[in-house]
Amino acid sequence: MKKKRTPRPPGWATWFLVAYCRPELLEDLQGDLNEFFERNLRKHNAIFAKAIYIIDVLKFFRPYTVRKPSFITAVKRNHMFGNYLKMSWRVMMRNKLFSGINIIGMAFSLSVGLLAIVFVSDLFSYDNDLQNKDRIFRVVSTFEPAGQPPVQLASTSWKSGILIRQNIPGIESITLLRNGFGGNVRIGENSIPVTGFYADQGFFDVLSFPLIEGAATTALKDPHSLVLTQSTGVRLFGNADPLGKVVKVDTVNYTVTGVLKDIPKLSHMRFEALASLSSIDPTGSGSDGAYMDWTNAFSNYVYVLLSKNSNPASFSASLDTLCRRQNAPYRNKIALSLQPLKNIAVGMPKGNEIGPAMPIAGVFIICGLALIIILSACFNYTNLSLARSLRRSREVGIRKVIGAQRIQVIGQFIAESLAISLLSLCFAFCIFLLLRMQFLSLHPYLNSMFSMELSPQLVVYFILLAILVGVVAGLLPALFYSKINAVQALKNASYFKVFRHISLRKALVVIQYTFSFIFITATIISYDQYKGFLHFDLGFSTDHIVNIAMQGNKDDVFTKELSAIPAVTGFSRSLIVSSLGSMTGSSVKYKDPTDSAGVDLNYIDENYLPLHKYTFLAGRNFAAKPKAAPESETIVNEKLVRRFNIGHNDPEKAIGETVTFAGKRLTIIGVLKDFHYGSLENGINPTAFRYLPQPGGYVNAKVSGPDLAATMAGIATAWKKLDKVHPLDAKLYDDQIEAAYSQFSVLSKVIGFFALLAIMISSLGLLGMVVYTMERRMKEISIRRVLGAGNAALMYLLSKSFLFLLCISALIALPLTWLFFEKVILSNFAYHPPIGFSDVFTGLIVVVGIACAMIGAQMLKIVRTNPATVLKNE
Amino acid sequence: MKGTHLGEFEELVLLTIASLANNAYSVAICDDLSKYAQRKVKLGMVHAVLNRLEEKGLVRSELGESTATRGGKRKRFYTVTGAGAASLVRSKDIRDRLWQKIPSLTLKRI
Repeated sequence: MKKKRTPRPPGWATWFLVAYCRPELLEDLQGDLNEFFERNLRKHNAIFAKAIYIIDVLKFFRPYTVRKPSFITAVKRNHMFGNYLKMSWRVMMRNKLFSGINIIGMAFSLSVGLLAIVFVSDLFSYDNDLQNKDRIFRVVSTFEPAGQPPVQLASTSWKSGILIRQNIPGIESITLLRNGFGGNVRIGENSIPVTGFYADQGFFDVLSFPLIEGAATTALKDPHSLVLTQSTGVRLFGNADPLGKVVKVDTVNYTVTGVLKDIPKLSHMRFEALASLSSIDPTGSGSDGAYMDWTNAFSNYVYVLLSKNSNPASFSASLDTLCRRQNAPYRNKIALSLQPLKNIAVGMPKGNEIGPAMPIAGVFIICGLALIIILSACFNYTNLSLARSLRRSREVGIRKVIGAQRIQVIGQFIAESLAISLLSLCFAFCIFLLLRMQFLSLHPYLNSMFSMELSPQLVVYFILLAILVGVVAGLLPALFYSKINAVQALKNASYFKVFRHISLRKALVVIQYTFSFIFITATIISYDQYKGFLHFDLGFSTDHIVNIAMQGNKDDVFTKELSAIPAVTGFSRSLIVSSLGSMTGSSVKYKDPTDSAGVDLNYIDENYLPLHKYTFLAGRNFAAKPKAAPESETIVNEKLVRRFNIGHNDPEKAIGETVTFAGKRLTIIGVLKDFHYGSLENGINPTAFRYLPQPGGYVNAKVSGPDLAATMAGIATAWKKLDKVHPLDAKLYDDQIEAAYSQFSVLSKVIGFFALLAIMISSLGLLGMVVYTMERRMKEISIRRVLGAGNAALMYLLSKSFLFLLCISALIALPLTWLFFEKVILSNFAYHPPIGFSDVFTGLIVVVGIACAMIGAQMLKIVRTNPATVLKNE
Repeated sequence: MKGTHLGEFEELVLLTIASLANNAYSVAICDDLSKYAQRKVKLGMVHAVLNRLEEKGLVRSELGESTATRGGKRKRFYTVTGAGAASLVRSKDIRDRLWQKIPSLTLKRI
């Protein structure tokens, strides 16, 4: 059937000719070349003809044939621009459904795109105000405790800072910071908390935070010098000049020697004040151990400014040598390395970060999600544009007959998609402003990490994004329509294969719905897991318990006040609040002096276990003892009994056995059923309770009665009598657990939002497709109805192809999501509620339900019309 | 300078256009020239000269009807303008007068 194709001139050569040749010469020239080509084809062969054709094309590249590549020709060629605009407007107005679907979809997806742009731009503007940004490095450490996995720390030891300054060449300046500076400043009646760092006098040489008053070189030199930020100065002294004033921070007097401009929000370190490091005597020791201990790498930060000609690699090598020498006498090793300034705020957050930091994966995730949503909206545009081809191919045919060139048809279609995307940008901007507020209030961390301020540069990026989206969305339809052969389109439009791209469109729909399914299922699963964590049976009761941090105050005074409140039915005391992630530990030995195990510990009073309803397997609770009595008893959990095989794992027989905690021999008087001491990410470890009549950490108050607010007010009044400086820190245990798992709440909110968008956009797309399909098949449906087809049969006929696509998407998406959660996210949690069958399928039902509802609504519309009226109009 | 002065090849092309009457388009001109001038005439040269002649106002061109050959592209037909005819006549005039001055004997010797 097919004829053997006659050879044609090489396409690329023709394309080149078209590209360079002046339009007025082009047709004749092309004709001549074709004539010669045909002649050579007859006389010689295809290869010769093609070669000559190519040579000729190249030879015609002469000054007089080449079009002027100037601005003027560009404008001349685009004299159609006004026409494009006018046509775009008309097309938009004529197809209100099409425009509406696309504008809504693009507006929402673009708003997410704008959010992603601002998000990324914020992260990349961190520390931009500092000079010599690329030469500033932080010395970070990897702490390698013997026999345990290494820990990445942003902090390092004080000693390492001093050794680096003394021994390693190539440093222009170096500074040492120590955290923990801060306290309350009494000004008259008020007490104002101030926080910050200790810093040595090299601080301003390395980190060029600008000083308003005071000398950068000497401000932090003398002991008990203090540099305030401008706003802290105003807070403390009002409008008076703070320089030279004496400030009493808790108990120590400092002299203000400098005023800093306020730290920009996008700075990886934030502080209100800097105290001179020389205020601390380095030979002493703090809560973290001796200051000058090489392995005490938890509270100090070292920043270096490398000199212009020094090389970070050789500096690192010197660090390695230094570490090898210093590590020799220690069992726990420290490895030092350099971290560039720009990798601090965005990169891999380490332990003991000095300020907020964002993992780079978060950036990719947010951008990836935004990209998916934007692509989904682009797919809608592409799909619906192609679905309209029956109508529009005629229009394109007429355009071509009138003389439109291919490039002009492309221009027309790109202009239409650009018009839609730019219009969407206006709506997207409004949505973005709302989204920004929501995003920042999602979690305190986000609020501190991002400012999300707009700038002219960002607005340019916004517009570029909209243009890019417009081009991407309009490209496929533009190419498709520009290829239409005018004669065929006009001669026999119904025969014309307008649905050539049907498989492409189906693929796009499947991709869209796959992402919708993934998002909605992920939302449901993560929300369910979050709920599961909140209601997880920890092994004890947290119901109606308020934990009050004592903040260094004597608890016996406070408990006396508490017992006066009628709603407080009981109270106990403990060192820490367990199950929130914080822990304290020790090592424990049984009979074998060489076999020791790590144990999670809590110090409690005699009321703690009954108050929290712990379950005893054997033995009894602590009995109240006076403060001076020697400690002799402990209560352990099943796990500890099994760890040492105490009494052949029989809890009853374990009673009365003796275990040794870091040298202290204690008798087991009770064995508890296993419970969750750490967060659910960790498994249950051997755990023990030790008795202290006044552990000093927290008071746990059991409250009852309907009016919780009144009870809390009562507790606050009691606190006021005890401590006038610190505000009350009292939280419901259940709220604390909720906060400890807030990551899941944030995760499910963010993914939920994306799910909502994805479903909305793909549903809109589907709606458009259904409407166009119905339109196309109106006559067919009417004939079927006249011949007696029932509504159910028609519904099945019309919806089966769409539902089939949805099923394919579901088959791809659901297993993927399930696997992702089971293997990647939840595998980090030793205990988690199982992923339910309903979690996976609720999303499917919702999405399919929405799709069916849309198809059904369209069906209803058809059912209500009289088939005769449809068929009458020819 | 350009004015009405005719180069040798320009004159040949102009003459060919005049002689081809209604069928004077680039490929035909090229073929005819090759035939009469007994030399390889390249299409590129013809095009360049046609372009120059048109710039000088010696020829006029218009696109013809589209046909099935030439890949559906139309031909550009050339006609000699009044100015073109005048310059052809003038250059023939110059030659004729020069020829007349040449004694017949000398001619035979060539």
